[in-house]
Amino acid sequence: MSLLEVENLTLSIGETAILRDVELTVEAGQISAITGESGSGKSMTALAIMGLLPRGAQASGRVVLDGVDILATPENTLCQMRGNDMGMVFQEPMTALNPVQTIGDQVAEAILIHTQSTRADARRQAEQTLKRVGLPPDRFPLTRYPHELSGGQRQRVVIAMAIALRPKLLIADEPTTALDVTTQAQILELLKELVVEFNMGLLMITHDLAVVADFADQIVVMKHGDVVEHGATGHLLRHMTHPYTKALFAASAHAVDLPPRPDPAPLLQVQNVVRDYPTPRKSLLGPAGKFRAVDDVSFELQRGERLGLVGESGCGKSTLTRAILGLEPVQGGQITLDGASVFSGKKPNLDIRRKMQVVFQDPYGSFNPRHRVDRLVTEPFHLLPEPPVGADRDARIARALSDVGLSPGDSTKYIHEFSGGQRQRIAIARALIIEPALIVFDEAVSALDVSVRAQVLDLIADLCRKRPLSYLFISHDLSVVRVVTDRVLVMKAGKIVEQGATEDVFTNPQHPYTAQLIAAAPVLPDLTAEALS
Amino acid sequence: MLRYALKRLLSLTISLIIASIVIFAVIEVIPGDVVRQILGEAYREDTAAALRTELGLDGGPVSRYFSWVTGMLTGDFGTSYTYRTPVADLISDRIGVSLPLAIYALVLSTLIAFPAGIYAASRRGGAGDVTVMGLTQLGVAIPNFWFAMIMVLVFAINLRWFPSGGFPGWDKGFWVSMKALTLPAIALALPQAAILARVMRSSLLDMLGEDFMRTARAKGLTRRQALWRHGVRNALIPVLTIIGLQFAFLLAGGIIIEQVFYLPGLGRLIFQAISARDLIVVESVVMLLVFLVILVNFTVDLAYAAVDPRLRSRA
Repeated sequence: MSLLEVENLTLSIGETAILRDVELTVEAGQISAITGESGSGKSMTALAIMGLLPRGAQASGRVVLDGVDILATPENTLCQMRGNDMGMVFQEPMTALNPVQTIGDQVAEAILIHTQSTRADARRQAEQTLKRVGLPPDRFPLTRYPHELSGGQRQRVVIAMAIALRPKLLIADEPTTALDVTTQAQILELLKELVVEFNMGLLMITHDLAVVADFADQIVVMKHGDVVEHGATGHLLRHMTHPYTKALFAASAHAVDLPPRPDPAPLLQVQNVVRDYPTPRKSLLGPAGKFRAVDDVSFELQRGERLGLVGESGCGKSTLTRAILGLEPVQGGQITLDGASVFSGKKPNLDIRRKMQVVFQDPYGSFNPRHRVDRLVTEPFHLLPEPPVGADRDARIARALSDVGLSPGDSTKYIHEFSGGQRQRIAIARALIIEPALIVFDEAVSALDVSVRAQVLDLIADLCRKRPLSYLFISHDLSVVRVVTDRVLVMKAGKIVEQGATEDVFTNPQHPYTAQLIAAAPVLPDLTAEALS
Repeated sequence: MLRYALKRLLSLTISLIIASIVIFAVIEVIPGDVVRQILGEAYREDTAAALRTELGLDGGPVSRYFSWVTGMLTGDFGTSYTYRTPVADLISDRIGVSLPLAIYALVLSTLIAFPAGIYAASRRGGAGDVTVMGLTQLGVAIPNFWFAMIMVLVFAINLRWFPSGGFPGWDKGFWVSMKALTLPAIALALPQAAILARVMRSSLLDMLGEDFMRTARAKGLTRRQALWRHGVRNALIPVLTIIGLQFAFLLAGGIIIEQVFYLPGLGRLIFQAISARDLIVVESVVMLLVFLVILVNFTVDLAYAAVDPRLRSRA
């Protein structure tokens, strides 16, 4: 008998069906992964197993953990099982811990509520558990508060809470999605070790197929509340049967067809740029300190060039982007576009700013929900000395929308009427409408599902074919940068440590940091055309 | 933590200095001559000049400002124009009523609001929640003087549990005085409690949606344990802000309640002083109130830091 057996799990909230006849198993000492796009019911399945479904959810079927049917177990017994027999790790380590309690108290609490230990014993055990997950007490005393730790360290604390009592089953819901690649690799390694050490079953939920392929013993593919395919990882990768599974893997490994770039002519020049932030004063009258976020950065972007910028969080990517867009002054060096400075004197140079547009990560947050699409996409017009009006304006809206694969008729709709991928198309239309010389894509596809991401990447390549597009593509996702850029910059701690032609950098990295990044990023196995056909 | 406290103390001092200048300047530009008020329409110039000297109204504004401030620092608030007694004595009598009343009301309001708010949040959408929210709606809507009159009718006139008004003075005994302050304190506290309970409820409901509450449940805490151990302390931060604001209001805003219960408090003193153009009293009472309010804010700031470790390390 398996450790966890889910049979015919069906779930609805009100009239909406969330899950239909979900079946899956997790064995002790093994890793099962549920994967699928947003809205597939991955997280709801996890919550159903923990017995933590939202109010109003109606579940039927069986969820049997070590002989106990969770769905038929009363809440007070479930409270004893959570933390004891099953633990859970969540996606957002930044908010998953109580900000006003020390990490020691939070880990010890998990022990205290289930055992007869004294407070001192619980704290000793918490210390050992934290040490096991890589937070030794000499560097991370129990009295630390969550805000004093990084995202990866916080995730280790959450893992420590979940495994403190050595549960039989650990559920990890997108445990590394919010983390940098090198941190992700460390956390995944830790989870793998714990599974073996404790002979624990791990149910991992992730949208990242490369992680799944690398890491899981069993794969469960879900779509719109149904399990479409499941099986042992090696077997499933070689013999995918369901078209959705194939489409998902094909989209993850999607390569776009970039047209050759035009002859080089300098467009953006960044020379020895330095950006300092003031830090709080150490003493009342002492001088304010400073933090150098961008340190002597120089590079050029040619007209028609597709340039990538990669690096981990806190490396200075966003700061550099803001400086390029002329949103903030720099403390040293020069940024010029078409030979003119983006920042003249103390003011941004508006003549230059209208030649640049940016597409942000969040397709939900970057639009005003009360404006119609025509008003949203024409926002950059206020940068022009003479904004187009009347028929001219309508024609440009229609052209921008059809360029990104939407219909001109969409201009009278509101943003909530569109899906995430369509919203990102609208964001691109907004950037294109004034035909900028340079577009900055700031993590523009990071929030999208793989199939939608593949479509948006195709759109970008398509736009490059229609007109030579010059862009700076910023992302933490190396696989995406690899397919849509000609050249790439690698940034670490405010400096550019390596730059070169994308393929060269990826196949033969020169700087140890680049090599480390590439090694840490999980990669999809080379799927044969046969497997995907 | 000490750095944080010192920083707040510095800002407290600066606020006080600015407030004293503003209060003095406002009183300066208000029309109306106190000397003429005292002497009536027909008066002799030399009498007026003598009275001006006696009241300390001669000399330029700057020197008068400094003598006012240094006087206050040494406990000399000047002499009231109308009562002809030291302002310090007037204030100390009145504050002996107003400050205990405000604290009494605040304690009552907190004691009502916290359980009510937490109870409502834990029964979100249920009958208990609806009942508590309905009651707080009433508490916010009904004016406190009306409560006061109803309470006088029921508890003072019919049941005779409490006096209907007046204040015996602390020298007549602690319990007698507290008894006299009870109905006014309840009347003051009820609307404040209603507001505070609503803030507590919504703040706690915000916390229930936080990720760390889900983590707490995944550890095996019951809904109630998670609420108490992880929700309440986090929910306190906005609640503390409201408590600070309410205390300031209770100190100075009790004037109607003081009228209803015939209590000799600061509110009535300032009201009478304004009608009589007794500016030295107005000036001093306002300054005192400002001082108390700033002191309360300082305490609230320290309380924030006690609740939230992120504030302690940021300073």
